[in-house]
Amino acid sequence: MKKRVLTVDDSRTIRNMLLVTLNNAGFETIQAEDGVEGLEVLEEANPDVIVTDINMPRLDGFGFIEGVRKNDRYRAIPILVLTTESDAEKKNRARQAGATGWIVKPFDPTKLIDAIERVTA
Amino acid sequence: MDMNEIKEIFFQECEEQLAELESGLLKLNDGDRDPETVNAVFRAVHSIKGGAGAFGLDDLVSFAHVFETTLDCVRSNRLDPGPEVLKVMLKSADVLADLTNAARDGGSVDEARSRQLIKELEALANGEVPQASAAPEPVAKAAPVAVAPVVNDEGFQPVAFSFDDFEADEPALIDMPTYEIVFKPKSDLYAKGNEATLLLRDLSRLGEMSIHCDMDALPALDRLSPESAYFAWKISLKTDKGEDAIRTVFEFAEWDCDLEVTLVAGEAAAPGEELPMQPVPFDLSILDDEPAVSVGVIEEEEQLAAQQEIRDAAVSAAATASNVLQMAQSANRAPAEKSAGAAASAAAQSAAAQQAAASAATPTIRVDLDRVDRLINLVGELVINQAMLSQSVVENDANGTSSINMGLEELQQLTREIQDSVMAIRAQPVKPVFQRMSRIVREIADMTGKSVRLITEGENTEVDKTVIDKLAEPLTHMIRNAVDHGLETPEKRLAAGKSAEGTVRLTAKHRSGRIVIELADDGAGINREKVRQKAIDNDLIAADANLSDEEIDNLIFHAGFSTADKISDISGRGVGMDVVKRSIQALGGRINISSKPGHGSIFTMSLPLTLAVLDGMVVTVANQTLVVPLTAIVETLQPEAAAIHSFGSNQRLISIRNSFCPLVDVGRILNFRASQANPVEGVALLVESEGGGQRALMVDAIQGQRQVVIKSLEANYTHVPGIAAATILGDGRVALILDVDTIVAASRGHSLKPEMSLAAAG
Repeated sequence: MKKRVLTVDDSRTIRNMLLVTLNNAGFETIQAEDGVEGLEVLEEANPDVIVTDINMPRLDGFGFIEGVRKNDRYRAIPILVLTTESDAEKKNRARQAGATGWIVKPFDPTKLIDAIERVTA
Repeated sequence: MDMNEIKEIFFQECEEQLAELESGLLKLNDGDRDPETVNAVFRAVHSIKGGAGAFGLDDLVSFAHVFETTLDCVRSNRLDPGPEVLKVMLKSADVLADLTNAARDGGSVDEARSRQLIKELEALANGEVPQASAAPEPVAKAAPVAVAPVVNDEGFQPVAFSFDDFEADEPALIDMPTYEIVFKPKSDLYAKGNEATLLLRDLSRLGEMSIHCDMDALPALDRLSPESAYFAWKISLKTDKGEDAIRTVFEFAEWDCDLEVTLVAGEAAAPGEELPMQPVPFDLSILDDEPAVSVGVIEEEEQLAAQQEIRDAAVSAAATASNVLQMAQSANRAPAEKSAGAAASAAAQSAAAQQAAASAATPTIRVDLDRVDRLINLVGELVINQAMLSQSVVENDANGTSSINMGLEELQQLTREIQDSVMAIRAQPVKPVFQRMSRIVREIADMTGKSVRLITEGENTEVDKTVIDKLAEPLTHMIRNAVDHGLETPEKRLAAGKSAEGTVRLTAKHRSGRIVIELADDGAGINREKVRQKAIDNDLIAADANLSDEEIDNLIFHAGFSTADKISDISGRGVGMDVVKRSIQALGGRINISSKPGHGSIFTMSLPLTLAVLDGMVVTVANQTLVVPLTAIVETLQPEAAAIHSFGSNQRLISIRNSFCPLVDVGRILNFRASQANPVEGVALLVESEGGGQRALMVDAIQGQRQVVIKSLEANYTHVPGIAAATILGDGRVALILDVDTIVAASRGHSLKPEMSLAAAG
């Protein structure tokens, strides 16, 4: 069965890149545009892994991760943070919010797939 | 979808982000200190940087990066966005836009300018806040080791070794360095979705691995907390990939585990020698009974064969940890961390909900313009077809069975609704054009040394995209003009008792089916003496011409007119206000100026909302069917003989409610007939013309009101003075749509030039 990936990113460019990369790698991809939408579609999307941006309108990545972790069904789901922020503070905050790992932009398909493979069975 | 398409999307998105950036900065400039505004500005630059990085647009990335760093200082309240700071930021936004365009179209940018701004941005980030870091730290160094007491790099010396010594495919095991890894996950590791199993699996891919699961910490079942981590693993790994590769495996987990990686001498791990620890197979089923582990030692000769088995065992051991976690979930025990963060996240959620309500954006899709245009065209045909159908039903069945008529009426209504809806697809807010203007204002203000504030109102007023696209150019020119000619220098302004900063106000609003755009400045107003003199010098008017103020003001729309003593760099690009006027007219619009000396000028443009359909009054003139745009008509009346007064040689006036209004014989103007028609036999349409004055257009009869689909005459035939366009009526005949303003203008000169008139055109 195909693994399902929920991506949360407000940038259309990045959303499209994620979609193309993930589909090519044989994942099923569900997309949301910000944290609020991400939480809204979570149940229905029923993902195996989540990839989320940090800087987003309405609800940022930190809030989104916390929201996911509060959901009993998904509180142990792997969540990867897509971020250009390579500074320690951001990563630390994402980690504290419950992120499993991160992918540092610029977006690199290989890195993305590697990271997903690393956190999913 | 391929990368090129995504790149195209990226540039589209950049445009939106740039607009967002600029409007955010302008809001900040107006004193808005809403953190969300700052965030939006930051996000815009951040997004551009993110996408640009993916496409390797290095210039864009590096500029965006510096910009972002400075914005981050604002975001974290380390830098106050005062006027001087915002000035630099607005300029940076312009450079960012230039860089984006250059990246897309391959043009060049003013490198000196962007370098200069990078310096200024860095100065802002550093100068005012010395401790702010201008550049983020490198990734590898970034991870703070929050909890890793066991990890101790002291005394650890990486051993240099050469990859040349190894065959890539068949690594010589004997020569490979062996690492001893102690990995002890904490509960958090599982809570964050990491999996010891997967980490071990990754590790096993690095080389030959033997593994020992240490279950000493596992308590009796009744004291076991299902969400805690009790297992630790000791791993012996032979790999030529180096310690970094090992640590990379644990990259995501390093805070949530104790990790120790030690190099056991490079040649120590030869088979037969004693390993630092013995690999152990173990049976997980015992977990069901008691937390004890039976450990067996594998014979050395079996070691290699057993490797796979060991790996599997390790993997399943790790899997238990996550099973335990799942058990806890089904057992529904209240986990500690759940209540801990509950209050904080509840607050976060309600804040998010508020934000969501505030910016409840409706979902949108992006559609190719071609498709929309095709749809509009089809709907146009549908409207015509429906009209023809209605007409033929009426002609063939004069009595009209009521069901057919009712059906037709419904069809008509539906067609109309479809048409309105389709038109609404093309309607867009004027915001993007207005936003572009603020940059124009900034640039000219810089060039002229004037201080200007642009205020925009009604940015969300919607109008057909075609109108918007064609609006930018005349508007740009007018803005340039307003700043360059309209506003005075700060010294002159102060001397005149005004504030040093001039104001240019750009307003859009809907008014009776048209969009009205106003451009007002609070400058000196039109210098009528100068304009008049210039017009005399240029032989536009006679030296003794007696002109009203309004007429003098309107002289600036004459071809080749410029009042600037010297043609300046800014306004004098060979484009005069006459060109502005013509492009507005080409859109079916009108432009007016009103000016008050010392107080400024107001340019008013009135444009149709759409260029595709028009509500018209169908009239007959000399057996020809014409359409008069309904928006132009104030009222219609049947003239009485007593109301008609002759005036001058050939002119007539009609008195309407005690005021006189020139009577314009449309048939005569268009050369449909040689002699004047008898007003009493026809109908007068009272129209409002460009200058605001009223005229009565004489037509023979009114056929009715109808919405007509505009078909360009220029595209299909040629431009005809007095005629705006054509349409196809219900009976399939072509009717011409009257250009009321030209007709009125022509009436002053009695008639259109015969060789250009309809009579000549056939």
